[in-house]
Amino acid sequence: MKKFISTFIIILTIFFSQNSSISAETPKLLKTDWTFKGLFGKYDRASLQRGYQVYTEVCAACHSMQYLSYRNLSEPGGPEFTEDEAKFIAASFEILDGPNSEGEMFTRPAKLSDKFLMPYDNVEAAKAANGGAYPPDMSVLVKARKGGADYIYSLLLGYEDPPSDIKLDDGVYYNKYMYGNKIKMPVPLSDGLVEYGDGTLATEEQMAKDITTFLMWSAEPHLETRHKTGFRVIIYLIILSILVYLTMKKIWSRVETKI
Amino acid sequence: MSDSNYTPNSKLGKWFNDRLPLLTLANHLTDYPTPKNLNYWWTFGGILTFCLITQIVTGLVLAMHYIADTKLAFASVEHIMRDVNYGWLIRYVHANGASMFFLAVYIHIFRSLFYGSYKSPREIIWIIGIIIYLLMMAAAFMGYVLPWGQMSYWGATVITNLFSAIPFIGEGITTWLWGGYSVDNPTLTRFYALHYLIPFLILGLVVLHIWALHVPGNNNPVGIEIKKPSNDTVPFHPYIVIKDAFALLLFLIVFAFFVFYTPNILGHADNYIEANPLVTPAHIVPEWYLLPFYAILRSVPDKLMGVIAMFSAILILAALPWLDTSKVRSAVFRPLYKQFYWILVIDVLVLGYVGAMPAEGLYLLVARVATAYYFLHFLIVLPVLGWTEKTNPVPLNITEPVLAGSALATRSVREDKTEINLKSLG
Repeated sequence: MKKFISTFIIILTIFFSQNSSISAETPKLLKTDWTFKGLFGKYDRASLQRGYQVYTEVCAACHSMQYLSYRNLSEPGGPEFTEDEAKFIAASFEILDGPNSEGEMFTRPAKLSDKFLMPYDNVEAAKAANGGAYPPDMSVLVKARKGGADYIYSLLLGYEDPPSDIKLDDGVYYNKYMYGNKIKMPVPLSDGLVEYGDGTLATEEQMAKDITTFLMWSAEPHLETRHKTGFRVIIYLIILSILVYLTMKKIWSRVETKI
Repeated sequence: MSDSNYTPNSKLGKWFNDRLPLLTLANHLTDYPTPKNLNYWWTFGGILTFCLITQIVTGLVLAMHYIADTKLAFASVEHIMRDVNYGWLIRYVHANGASMFFLAVYIHIFRSLFYGSYKSPREIIWIIGIIIYLLMMAAAFMGYVLPWGQMSYWGATVITNLFSAIPFIGEGITTWLWGGYSVDNPTLTRFYALHYLIPFLILGLVVLHIWALHVPGNNNPVGIEIKKPSNDTVPFHPYIVIKDAFALLLFLIVFAFFVFYTPNILGHADNYIEANPLVTPAHIVPEWYLLPFYAILRSVPDKLMGVIAMFSAILILAALPWLDTSKVRSAVFRPLYKQFYWILVIDVLVLGYVGAMPAEGLYLLVARVATAYYFLHFLIVLPVLGWTEKTNPVPLNITEPVLAGSALATRSVREDKTEINLKSLG
């Protein structure tokens, strides 16, 4: 019977190792030094601010961020623009409001409490303007893709010429990280596409990193509090466990049983 | 509980207790004689009670902010995650809490399988437990639908469609479940109502589960009936309470790690995409705790037979007290059963693994073999083992092996070589 079990385990090992070779076919995602990973991970404030700039100057032409409000830009744990800066940013967008007392819709500059302006009125309009493909809303995009931030970062830098055996239609591009390798988003980034206010050189990799950091924040706006609280909770639980353990030992010492 | 001759000390207490014997109940729970050799696998009952209460409390708060409407559900969950004070914490505790609940219940069930806790006179405890487990799966499935992500929608579509396999009335039942001709708003609202109801049904059954437990008392690692109270037992409070508390704290450390550091690892990325009836995800997979049954479902080529196999896989557990014919409870004294037990554990893990993989090629083959073995274990192996297995001698009381296993009792080592390791399952 022992032999049977060990055979079973060997079969399993072969089985699992075969599986890992199947998954090796998809290219390995690019890695970069995210500051938000790990037990004490925090967002890089400057990167978030630059990331917002990339979003608003590049991505926002097609991608909405419907769950974000302008006030989020000045909230703790995010890009932390000052409230005045956030107000200034909001006021640069004209949004539709109403109806007013005459029953008319009107436009006005956005306020902190307003949601991010959407590039299209509806999904159909977005599709019509983008060759039939809907540019996904980016509010929780990082959490909605396997591989998360690494995947988004890799995808942004993953454009290359298609292998000779693949024919692409007009408006379709080859991306080695995209599921099925075909993507309708044209190459989004190129060196010097934006001009960073803080003097950082706007290379493709830098912009990809900044926008991905920004998207990570938009998907997990409370990540910093979560990490901080989590650390305290776990330390508290460990200390309490030790105390309870000692109490338990003391109580059980009255009984001649090991626990 | 009527066997207690407890009388409260105070006059007021006595007056109250004569009218509603809550103090007698409290006294019973405090003094409840528990075998002193219970190991840490026995602490999961308390952990499960904690999990249930956590789900109810966090769920209550979530329900205050959630909106059951196909157009608003996804956004309302994002509202909870972003704008509700500590909403992210409450939702992550609730979502990971479901996984922790299942982790604990699987350990609890497999502990019962190892030590034969389902055997006479504890069949009713076991069957109530199976009903609780079924309700847990229903509650978890419906809860997963509520955020109205892609996996919510398509998971609901796949599972509700199973009922259409029933001959003649299947289509009608499916339409009735949906409240329409596809998974839509009426489906979401009724799932929400049921998701809120089921935990309270579970709570009621948990009370019955514990009540039924307190009639014969706990089983124990040696698996013999013991005199209660006696030298072999300790009062529930403080001995078991403090031990359960310690185990719960260790469990909470694991729980907290998931909630605070990898809150989404047990979920599926596609569920952060809002439900879209026009786009089918590449792979529709249920949550990890349902995967073994999903694998059984898919391993049968015929839809109706697949559904029957899946439900039989759960219901067969209810017949376990009669399928296992062995008079000896604990696997400690059943050398052959112990081996088959571990094969079953591996079998279920394999089923879970292939349940997450596409149903094709080698995966399908493995799923079929593992499914066949699952039923073989319960229908053939267990009854036959009970008749043929030569079990090791069982001690007369638990103090004997307990002492034999401890350092101070080398004097009482017996020659019948009952090697018992009470500290572990093995």
